Amino acid sequence: MHSVVCIKQVPDSAQIRVHPVTNTIMRQGVPAIINPYDLFALEEALRLKDRHGGRVTVITMGPPQAEAALRKALSFGADEIILVTDKAFAGADTLATSFALASAIRKIHESHPVTMVFTGKQTIDGDTAQVGPGIAKRLDLQLLTYVSRVAEVDEAGGTITVERRAEGGVQVLRTALPCLVTMLEGSNEMRRGSLPDQLRAARHELTRWDRVAAGIEDVTRIGLKGSPTVVNKVFTPSPRAEKAEMVTVDSGRAADLAVELIARIGGRFPVVEAELARRAG
Amino acid sequence: MSEKFDVIVVGAGASGNAAAYTLAKAGLKVLQLERGETPGAKNVQGAILYADALERIIPDFREEAPLERHIIEQRMWVMDERSYVGSHFRSDDFNKPPYNRYTIIRARFDKWFSDKVKEAGALVICETTVKELLRDDKGKVVGVEVDRADGRIYADLVILADGVNSTLARKAGFRPELDPKHVALAVKEIHFLPADVIESRFNIKDDEGVVIEMMGKITHGMMGTGFLYTNSDSISVGVGCLLSDFMTQKITPYQLLEQLKAHPSVAPMLEGGEMKEYAAHLIPEGGYHAIPQIYGEGWMIVGDSGMFVNAVHREGSNLAMTTGRIAAETAIELSREGKAMSAANLARYRARLDDSFVIKDLKKYKDLPDLPDLLDSNKQFLTTYPELLNRSARAMLTVDGEDKRSKQKDIYRGFRAERSLFGLIGDAYKLWRAFR
Repeated sequence: MHSVVCIKQVPDSAQIRVHPVTNTIMRQGVPAIINPYDLFALEEALRLKDRHGGRVTVITMGPPQAEAALRKALSFGADEIILVTDKAFAGADTLATSFALASAIRKIHESHPVTMVFTGKQTIDGDTAQVGPGIAKRLDLQLLTYVSRVAEVDEAGGTITVERRAEGGVQVLRTALPCLVTMLEGSNEMRRGSLPDQLRAARHELTRWDRVAAGIEDVTRIGLKGSPTVVNKVFTPSPRAEKAEMVTVDSGRAADLAVELIARIGGRFPVVEAELARRAG
Repeated sequence: MSEKFDVIVVGAGASGNAAAYTLAKAGLKVLQLERGETPGAKNVQGAILYADALERIIPDFREEAPLERHIIEQRMWVMDERSYVGSHFRSDDFNKPPYNRYTIIRARFDKWFSDKVKEAGALVICETTVKELLRDDKGKVVGVEVDRADGRIYADLVILADGVNSTLARKAGFRPELDPKHVALAVKEIHFLPADVIESRFNIKDDEGVVIEMMGKITHGMMGTGFLYTNSDSISVGVGCLLSDFMTQKITPYQLLEQLKAHPSVAPMLEGGEMKEYAAHLIPEGGYHAIPQIYGEGWMIVGDSGMFVNAVHREGSNLAMTTGRIAAETAIELSREGKAMSAANLARYRARLDDSFVIKDLKKYKDLPDLPDLLDSNKQFLTTYPELLNRSARAMLTVDGEDKRSKQKDIYRGFRAERSLFGLIGDAYKLWRAFR
């Protein structure tokens, strides 16, 4: 059982602000954290290792400072960490990122065959939820998104059973290994690593892979060149003008007030009025 | 059998970093444990960096440490509700490098200091709290146990640099419970302002900085002071009073700081700033008599944990760094001589501190922590006198047709009405005795 967990170091969005003039994100002084969804992915992979033994490799593509996120992952109990970093990766969108990560995972697979790939369902800075599926497609893996729990892995039979949150209920799905799972928030709780794991993480010699080490030859598929996404415009949504209104009424006049309010709302939102009329029959 | 280190340093504040750095630099195998998320996450200071203490640890720190401004002007304000009477000392001599005092922002400074510790070769583990000291059957400290699985780890020496609360030292019986009369609670905020605004407001340029110390009615008669420091593009403002006073006065530190910030002499300096950081911390101000036993079989105490703060001169971090360094140097020496980290050998640490400014200064003011008792029954020092002082200045500077001699008489009568002649003389004597 060998799981590869893809993580991303992101700015803590709870502490982020947008520059009032340039509309760009002000990263200065904002702490960098592991994308919270990725922690659920890592913990699920560690739980699989607890049950079945094997190995957990954590990988990230990012700038040199992403090392901190990887070391943190190691301190939770991962076995190996790999930082895929190269100037050639700069400016990558989700297409170029999933291409680079897929190449790196293929490279990992050569020395340690990969059973499963885990990612968070999305990142909190990009919010696209595209990189996980992009990797699955390129590596020809079965894809399970929005997974809340890995219920069972049958290594001998080569199958996996997961619970997937869907509208109105939980789906229990089974598919063939190897597969890629994107994990939902709240599905587990990250463990507290042991003291030996802390010591190991602090001492660990980091593996850094540049473009060549990650097995990438075609530079037109990575970084800015490999990224068809164009940011056309960035803006901060302006606060809505409509405000909620508190209404009070003398007893006995409630019905009158309700009629009056519906008329007022209907005047501004004819669609709502039509729908109300339809429902009233 | 789990791993063994030469020294385990508990805490990554000023004293812990000074100790860990010095030890690791000398080639000892060092493990530093910090309960905060990052080294420095739990650290709060005004903050003034006294260059000398750090220079003795990292001589070329000026070239790389994140320093804000060097201080060229010190203002001391005695305040009532609407005014202050102040003395300012400013000298171009303070513009001659190497500078003696700097303002710093601890979050930035501590990250740098901790990186130096790691570079020197120490292993730094965060988010890990030491639960207790491990001892052998003779009672010698042989390691620590942390709040993680497989959390026992061993060392020849454990240095407690775990700060003012030092639950570890208390649990081990090295130190008694803190006396609220010997602990100040300080709160501070950092307000961001453009550098040019700060420079024009405080009449400074480049990296020059100003310190303002404030006392008087701003603390409602409680034993304490306020402060305001200029950083590069921010201002640190705060106030601290004895915990025992907060307990009896029923005022919250935050209210006190809000009032200070709203003072007509303070508000214009902060105007337009954006508050980015709010922090609170305890300061051990028990002085010389509160210093506990600071060494024993396999252990030493450094920094706030050992009560090393000179409250009169607002010095703490320099004492922390110095005690950390001297403790480390003692351990290095013993290690080179092949001697055990026994109480008898570690006694050198205390002897060296006795010889240093740390103990000499604390001894000089050894009776000052009794000041709270003195002031408790003598609130005039912090309320009446500041008010009289300000009233006098106001009267003398108001030109209203009254002759100066009459004004002087009024002022004198004002003092006499508040305090008897004996009271005035007695107060002068009490203060002189405390600061002597």
